[in-house]
Amino acid sequence: MIRYDSVQDLVELAEARQLKISALVLADQAKQMGLSEEALYNQMEDSFDTMIASTRSGLNPDLRSTSGLTGGEGAKVMAYADRKEGGLAGEFFTRAIARGMATANCNAAMGKIVASPTAGSCGIIPGALVSLYEDKKFPKRDVVMSLFTAGAFGMIIANKASISGAEGGCQAECGSASGMAAAALVELQGGSPKACADALGMALINQMGLICDPVAGLVEIPCIKRNAAGVSIAICSATMALAGVELHIPADECIQVMKSVGDHMNPDFKETAKGGLATTPTGLRLKEKIFGA
Amino acid sequence: MNIFNIIGPEMIGPSSSHTAGAVRLGNVAYEMMLGAKPLRVKIELSGSFGTTYKGHGTDRALIAGILGFKSDDEAIRNSLKIAEEMGLNYSFVPTQIPDAHPNTARISFECENGLKGRVMGASVGGGNIRIHEINGLKLDIAADSPTLLIIHSDTPGVIADVTNHISDFDPDNNICNFTLSRDQRGGTALMTIALDNIPKEELGTSLENIENVQSVILIKPV
Repeated sequence: MIRYDSVQDLVELAEARQLKISALVLADQAKQMGLSEEALYNQMEDSFDTMIASTRSGLNPDLRSTSGLTGGEGAKVMAYADRKEGGLAGEFFTRAIARGMATANCNAAMGKIVASPTAGSCGIIPGALVSLYEDKKFPKRDVVMSLFTAGAFGMIIANKASISGAEGGCQAECGSASGMAAAALVELQGGSPKACADALGMALINQMGLICDPVAGLVEIPCIKRNAAGVSIAICSATMALAGVELHIPADECIQVMKSVGDHMNPDFKETAKGGLATTPTGLRLKEKIFGA
Repeated sequence: MNIFNIIGPEMIGPSSSHTAGAVRLGNVAYEMMLGAKPLRVKIELSGSFGTTYKGHGTDRALIAGILGFKSDDEAIRNSLKIAEEMGLNYSFVPTQIPDAHPNTARISFECENGLKGRVMGASVGGGNIRIHEINGLKLDIAADSPTLLIIHSDTPGVIADVTNHISDFDPDNNICNFTLSRDQRGGTALMTIALDNIPKEELGTSLENIENVQSVILIKPV
C-alpha cells in the first residue's frame, strides 16, 4: 500500500520496480479500493471521455456563463490558432490553451466537467492531455494511464498541503492542477519518474503564492484565464524537466512551501472575494451588476 | 482518499460547493419524500447562498436535487423549467439563519400525498454536506452513508433494543457511526445510526414496533 505522502518515496518505488508511476499507482489503487485494475482503468477512461466532451462543448462560441459575465474565450483563442496558423506560440501550444479555457467556459456555463482536482481548475489537465491525444495523436490508453500519475501527485499535495482555494489560494487549485498535468506530460513523453516529479515541482514554483480572488465570488474572472496560464506553465515545466533542467528544491519541499505560503495567506485572498481582483472598482461594479448592491 | 477524489468527481459546474453540494442537499429532501410527487417547496438560503445563488446556479442545483437528479446530470441546467413543467411551485427566500454555516439551505416541502417535511443543511466544500436539522430535530450527519434517525422516549434499554434488532434483522450490516441526544431527562431522544450498507426496506417499520420508539426515518446516502 502506498501512503501518498511523499513524492520522493513514490519516485523511488517506481524506479526500484522499473515501472511507470501510472502503472504502480493503478495497481496500488486497485488493491486499496478492492477493485480490478480493469475497472479502475475503465472509470478513468470515462473521466477522460468527459474531459474531451467538456473541451468540445466549451468551444461553442455562443456558450455563456450562468451569470452572463463570460463566454467564448476558449473559442476565440482556438479561432486565432486556426486563423493565424498557430499564431505567436505555435499550433499545439495555442490550441492547448484554448482547450483549457474552453473547459473552464463549460464549467461556468453549468456544463459537465471533471473536477481535476477542483472545478475551478478543471481546464488545465484536459487542456494539456486532450491536446496530446487529439492533436499529437498519442494512444488513448497511454493518455488515460497518465491520469493515474497526475492523480497520485494530486493525492500527495492534498495530503501534505491542500487542493482547495479556500484553504490555500489559487496556487492550491491551479498550481496543483498544473503540476499534475506537467507530470503526466513528462510521463507521456517518455520521461523518468524523477523527471515527472521535477516537472511537478517546477509548476508549483511558478504558481507559488497565487491568490484566489474571484470577481463576485464566481468561478469565471480570473479563473478562465488562470486555466490558460496553468496549461502553459504545465507545458513549460514539462519541457524544462524533459530537457534535464535541475529542479534544485525537491518537489516535496516545494509542496511544503506551498502549504506554508497558503497558511500565511490573508483570508481575503482565499476564495472569499474580499480582496484582489474581486474588490477592484471594476470587480465590485461587475458584482453589483449581477447580484445588486 | 482515492485517485477519483482527485481526478473527479464528474460534476456539473461551476463550483463543488455551490452546485454539487447544493444538489446533494436537495437530494436529502428527495429521499425524505419517499417517491411522492412534490407540489410545493420553499427554500430559505442563508449567508453566501442567499446573496449569490443566482450567479452560481445554486437555485437550479437545489431544485434539481429535490427532483432527484444527481450532481453529474446535465439536466441540472434546465431544472427550473423542468420543475415548472411538472407543476412544482417553488420559491427562494434569502434569509439569515443565526449561527448557520455560510452556505446553508433550509428546504420545506409538501407532497401530493400530504407528506410534509423540512431539512436544513450546509454545503461545506468539495461537494460535501452536513445536515443540521430534519423535521425540527437537530443533528449533524454527512449523508454519505445510510443513516437511521430514531426518535424515541429517553427510557433505559431502548438503545440496546434498537441495536439488537438491527443486528438480528440485518446481521451482515455494520454500524459505522452512532450519536445520541435528548431534550431532557426522560423526554424525547434522537439516535442517529449510520450503517455501512443500505438496509432492507422493512427495517424502519420493524424498528417502529419496538416499545418506546416513536418514529424512524431512513436517510439514504446522497
